[in-house]
Amino acid sequence: MSADATRGRKLVRRRRPWRSAAFLGVLATVLAACGNENGQNSLDPKGPVAEKIDNLFLPVLFVAILIGVAVTIATVYVAIRFRQRPGRPDNPKQTHGSAPLEIGWTIVPALILAVIAVPTISTIFELAERPKGPEVLKVDVTGKQWWWEFSLPKQAMADKQIVTSTELHIPAGTKVLLRLHSDNVIHSFWVPELAGKKDVVPGRTNELTIEADEPGTYLGACAEYCGLSHADMRFRVVAQPMADWEAWRDGQLEGPAKPWEGEIQDLTATKYQCTNCHLFDDSSKATYGPNLTHLASRTTFAGGVYEVDRANLTKWVMDAPSMISMNAKDCRQPPPATCVGMPSFTKNTPKGQPVMTQADADAIVSYLLGEK
Amino acid sequence: MTTTVPEALVTAPPAARPGILRRPKATTGFWSWCTTVDHKKIAILYGGTALVFFLVAGIEALLIRLQLAGPNGTVLTASQYNTLFTMHGTTMVFLVGMPLATAFGNYLIPLQIGARDVAFPRLNMFGYWVFLFGGLFMYSSFVLGGAPNGGWFGYTPLTSAPMDAGFLPGRGPDFWTVGLVLLGVGSITSALNFVVTILNMRAPGMTLMRMPVFVWMMLVVAFLTVFAIPVVTAALIMVFFDRNFSTNFFVAAAGGDPLLYQHLFWLFGHPEVYILILPGMGIVSEILPTFARKPLFGYAVVVFSGIAIGFLGWGVWAHHMFATGLGPVAVSAFGLATMLIAIPTGVKIFNWLGTVWGGSVRLQTPMLYALGFIAMFTIGGVSGVTHAIVPADTQQTDTYYVVAHFHYVLFGGLVFAIFGGLTFWWPKVFGRMLDDRLGKVTFWLMLIGFNLSFFPMHFLGLQGLPRRTYTYAANMGWDNLNLVVTIGGFVIAAAVALFLVNVIVSSIKGEKAPADPWDARTLEWSIPSPPPEYNFAEVPQVEARDDFWHRKYTEDEQGRLVRLPAGGSDAGAATGSSVIGTQGDGHDIHMPSPSYYPLVMALGMPILGYAAVFKEPWLAVPGVIVLLFGLYSWAIEPGTAED
Repeated sequence: MSADATRGRKLVRRRRPWRSAAFLGVLATVLAACGNENGQNSLDPKGPVAEKIDNLFLPVLFVAILIGVAVTIATVYVAIRFRQRPGRPDNPKQTHGSAPLEIGWTIVPALILAVIAVPTISTIFELAERPKGPEVLKVDVTGKQWWWEFSLPKQAMADKQIVTSTELHIPAGTKVLLRLHSDNVIHSFWVPELAGKKDVVPGRTNELTIEADEPGTYLGACAEYCGLSHADMRFRVVAQPMADWEAWRDGQLEGPAKPWEGEIQDLTATKYQCTNCHLFDDSSKATYGPNLTHLASRTTFAGGVYEVDRANLTKWVMDAPSMISMNAKDCRQPPPATCVGMPSFTKNTPKGQPVMTQADADAIVSYLLGEK
Repeated sequence: MTTTVPEALVTAPPAARPGILRRPKATTGFWSWCTTVDHKKIAILYGGTALVFFLVAGIEALLIRLQLAGPNGTVLTASQYNTLFTMHGTTMVFLVGMPLATAFGNYLIPLQIGARDVAFPRLNMFGYWVFLFGGLFMYSSFVLGGAPNGGWFGYTPLTSAPMDAGFLPGRGPDFWTVGLVLLGVGSITSALNFVVTILNMRAPGMTLMRMPVFVWMMLVVAFLTVFAIPVVTAALIMVFFDRNFSTNFFVAAAGGDPLLYQHLFWLFGHPEVYILILPGMGIVSEILPTFARKPLFGYAVVVFSGIAIGFLGWGVWAHHMFATGLGPVAVSAFGLATMLIAIPTGVKIFNWLGTVWGGSVRLQTPMLYALGFIAMFTIGGVSGVTHAIVPADTQQTDTYYVVAHFHYVLFGGLVFAIFGGLTFWWPKVFGRMLDDRLGKVTFWLMLIGFNLSFFPMHFLGLQGLPRRTYTYAANMGWDNLNLVVTIGGFVIAAAVALFLVNVIVSSIKGEKAPADPWDARTLEWSIPSPPPEYNFAEVPQVEARDDFWHRKYTEDEQGRLVRLPAGGSDAGAATGSSVIGTQGDGHDIHMPSPSYYPLVMALGMPILGYAAVFKEPWLAVPGVIVLLFGLYSWAIEPGTAED
């Protein structure tokens, strides 16, 4: 007995450096994961909803790591400790089982799980609570292929509807109730540093609460496979101090900086029929494609993949499918619900439709870049 | 002698032989493989075909990893990527995991229960051909109008929208739904066969609680398959009808519900997870006692926990849907049920460790895989528990964290068990040993490659990388880990290549395998390697669990192992009379006879499939004719030819 114990201790001692190294390795990688400040890190919560989730997840993860490491070490240990060696008797004791052990390793995990279950369930119900009151900002979110439309309905915090896309502006420290809609396929709205995901399901209106503690830009992505360019369906949530947010709101409610008339109207409404899908002079209405009224107030476009600048926009209006994979059909008809993506205006243009010239593209882009 | 032949194999002598095709005569060569009803040959066909699909799915995975090795990858287009991840998942689940388990079950169930064949040998053959044709049908989509690209889970309305909606251009979802329905037919026939075989064909004395754990697990799997496949079949047919005939099951605007599909799919999909992993648990439960030279610790508990997993597996499907907005009560219930399933799983792991504890452990290749299984599967298990924490799952689901989790379960679990099983039973099946040193190198390479490939995915997912994305932005801190993942993928590929080298070397100059090379425990090791067509010259009389072991060993008063004087494992098994099942030359044993008709009948099914996919009713005519010709000829043909 004592000899056995001594040997056991020795074995443990001999392997301790290896074990602590492994433990440190795990710890280091976990910490490294927490340290990624990419704006989309679920381990780096920046608001109460995401924090609540993290506070629940991290202790469970710790227990899980502990059990995983323990079983791995136990597996290595039994393999080495009991391996057949020359000179060792090869007639092991034939044990068939042990009722106390079986009961023990049924009950202990059950107890651990029971302990985990209590905060899990209370957190589920806490997160399901719907924020109420005039200080809650309501936003309608619509998943499109492949971009997000954000629409602030008329409410205490916005006395007129505002429709924008790809970038959601919210006041920091304010609860935001998102109502999620889709008229095509299932998407999933996910901005990891502010909240967990919620699927966007046709025919249903799911709700999700987000809140940012501090001003900042938080990145999001569609997290449900929604077809060809699912990977390019990104967005960002811009949290601002209340005063800045109100300024943004008021700016969005204004009409276009340069009136949408004359040459630009001819180009976009008549020649290239952009207005089949887009609006240029009214940010209070939703259309089939992104509302372009204040495009230049956004930093990114095309599912948040490209920055709003002259080169990108010019390439986009001329030949969008070369920048994002899209099932672009001829959309220069009033849009059917099934037209997916933006067509090329320079390649494979249908008969009778004009091919976009560089000069026209420049004119359109110049107008758009002026629309802060 | 004849009194011991299982009843199902005895047929009254037929008066005359009807049928159009002559009874096949070939016992070797191409046609013997096309017409065989021998469960062992069918198992080899299943295994060989599934391994080819395994290589195909592996190449798909490598292409995916090349694309994702760095940000903004340009190796694949979005469309190609979507096709590859869809086909990688579909292939691994339906064309690799399930048929490999069927291969092991086919080979081992009759041998381990002391039977001469399965209950329905021709149905067995039919199942294989349906599997093969279903797989070829699915892959023919690459050249016939677009491969599946809606994900292996095929969520509606993405997959169910009509082709001209433009959501998923091409015929991908049509090939996918019809192909899976065909494969389901094969799975159900083989599962029914296993149920009947295990319940009815056991040798005298082989009580249920003396059955090897592998047989038990295959029984649970067979029941799960029989009940789960019809659910997904219904769902797939609804998808096909929505897409092609505007039935609107899943169209919200017309009163349908897209989430209905998810409920149906996961009501199949979660039992499917256990259909995939339980055979692996069975294999490991055979390997560990053999190489630890101890009986399985807590046999009854291991069996019952497997059954418990089978039952609980039906009550957790909505944990795949925690983000869909089911409401707090429903997600709480499914979260709790998911935690519950960790308990029987943990019990198994502890019993496996208890089996090795105090043993005399031989660290040969199969044992390494079994031990690797325990550790890797546990890691997948504990990350699974973090999914049961519903709020946390809303962060994890549809990210690489989930990809890491289920690869630990299905690769670290199932694939490790499969490779353990392959190296363990290879000498029995092919009569030649695989090289143990090469096998060990393969194992370590696979273990290292596997962890390089899948461990970093945990971090990628938690750091916000969604799954099923063909590209990702630079400057997100994901570049290095993704590169490591890709390198790991190629290390796994090297391990698989090394395994193939081992197979080739073994087939050329491998050491001839004795009947019982591992000093093992169950009945299949009591007969020559490879076994004769009739398996057991004399049907064994089973006296104990691990019957063969108890013919070699007994225990002294302290419970220590003592070798019985008569009959050694190596010498005795092949020639000694003290070892069961070797007397006689099998001369007067009636075995079921080969037949063309299962092949013919199965051939009709992909033709019907093409008729459905291309909506060409005329094509159904030859399909039905071939199918009915096979069916009726099969029904009329006696199971055993007259001598």
